[in-house]
Amino acid sequence: MAEAEKVEVVIVGAGLAGLACAYHLADAGLETLVVERGDFPGSKNVTGGRLYLHPVRRFFPPIWEEAPLERHVTKERLTAMGEGSSVTFELASERFKEKPYHSHTILRAKFDPWLAKRATQKGAIIVPKNRVDDLLWREGKVIGIVASEAEIHASVVVAADGALSFMVEKAGLGQGRKPQDYAVGVKEVIELTSSAIEERFGLSDGEGAAQLFFGSLTEGMFGGGFLYTNIDTISLGVVVGIGALMEKAPGFELHRLLDSFKERPEIKPLIEGGHPVEYSARIVPEGGLESMPRVYGHGILVVGDAAGLALNTGLIVRGMDFALASGALAARTIIEAKKRDDFSLASLSRYEESLKESFVLKELETFREMPHFLQNPRLFNLYPQALAESLERLMWIGEEPKEKISTTLWGEARRLIPSAVGDLLKVWRI
Amino acid sequence: MSIDANLALDAFKIDEESHIQIIDEMRCKERCQTRQCLYVCPAQVYTLGQEGEILIRYEGCLECGACIIACDIGLAWNYPRGGFGVQYRFG
Repeated sequence: MAEAEKVEVVIVGAGLAGLACAYHLADAGLETLVVERGDFPGSKNVTGGRLYLHPVRRFFPPIWEEAPLERHVTKERLTAMGEGSSVTFELASERFKEKPYHSHTILRAKFDPWLAKRATQKGAIIVPKNRVDDLLWREGKVIGIVASEAEIHASVVVAADGALSFMVEKAGLGQGRKPQDYAVGVKEVIELTSSAIEERFGLSDGEGAAQLFFGSLTEGMFGGGFLYTNIDTISLGVVVGIGALMEKAPGFELHRLLDSFKERPEIKPLIEGGHPVEYSARIVPEGGLESMPRVYGHGILVVGDAAGLALNTGLIVRGMDFALASGALAARTIIEAKKRDDFSLASLSRYEESLKESFVLKELETFREMPHFLQNPRLFNLYPQALAESLERLMWIGEEPKEKISTTLWGEARRLIPSAVGDLLKVWRI
Repeated sequence: MSIDANLALDAFKIDEESHIQIIDEMRCKERCQTRQCLYVCPAQVYTLGQEGEILIRYEGCLECGACIIACDIGLAWNYPRGGFGVQYRFG
């Protein structure tokens, strides 16, 4: 890289938020440089994962139909796991089969290069293989970055460097990283033929399934499992709260959870004969609204995971739609600031306002209490176990005559009541 | 699968220099009882040496950052230099 370059905007990180921002900035004619530490955009990026497109369509022209999406999800499954039993709810709806589709499974090493190409076509410059080491400051204002010992000056720096954001830290915008506010996830990508996937999950051509798991697979820790069908691979993984994992340690190794998960009878036949082709890991922001950093500072905006924009409601896990929308909104703020030739703090603060007006912070506000609610260990041991056991008792025909259904249910309820009443009350708050 | 078999699935471009350092071994020994780095790392980058010291296999780091969220005492951690480290082909 040449020294002492000056551009309008430097974006740190070519993930979804950074690329979405670059796409819009370049489209508006602003000189935009994206600095990415990986060999190519996507080479360091990991998702579970599934992308919900409806929330972000309004922020982009209709480009998504050409994107390298995997399968559109038509089957949603949620599995409560007990020790030797499990209960699975499955939602199949014709609505999921209507275009434009509701959600898609994706793989980031394929998806991100595509979005990068779209941004490049608009005129953004993406420089891979360069790690941003520092921010440049003048009179308390961020005025650029240092990458591979070269200084690059900019009117605005956009921190799009992911859940572990050193830019947020260096800009002094964060609250410190608390183990309770993050989870760590591991994933295996398992290769199977397209037809095997469709047969095993009961899918038509191009359709996909998404399945979340909670209960004994995380041994009582906050977290769960996930399975997403891609075109000819399955993404299978486990996510566990770092705080919960630290309480469980010593002696407990995360990757063993994934091994045991793969051996479960609920999973094993689905991946039988498949070849693991990749093992990946990432951290996930889980703290919600209350643990977010400040999203703007003097000369800097924060987007995507770096801003902690992720939401886990147990039923739904989101982040990539927030990343795309926040990148687009940051671009909008910068474009407006450029028009006024005003890159002051007050001018950039408009970004936070626009996040608040958008679905991004509205949803995080709605689910403000969720992170606290999910810290309850009973959600991950007692309840899934009790659900599976009581259904088993209802279904089981033994040698003895069966008792009344109400007796079975009452027996189970008495075991749960001491804690369940309080926990149910909490449900009303989320 | 063993962790090594898991990591063998991935492509790595290994830098000569480690991007992870122990700030001060004595600090780990004296101030850390829990040794969280040994357990929270999904790639088992951290193992215990014979003298109770922490050994680092930075080559297999998946760059997730779980270790420095769990450890606030002893680790100096940065992303690998540009162009090095894990190279995801699926992600």
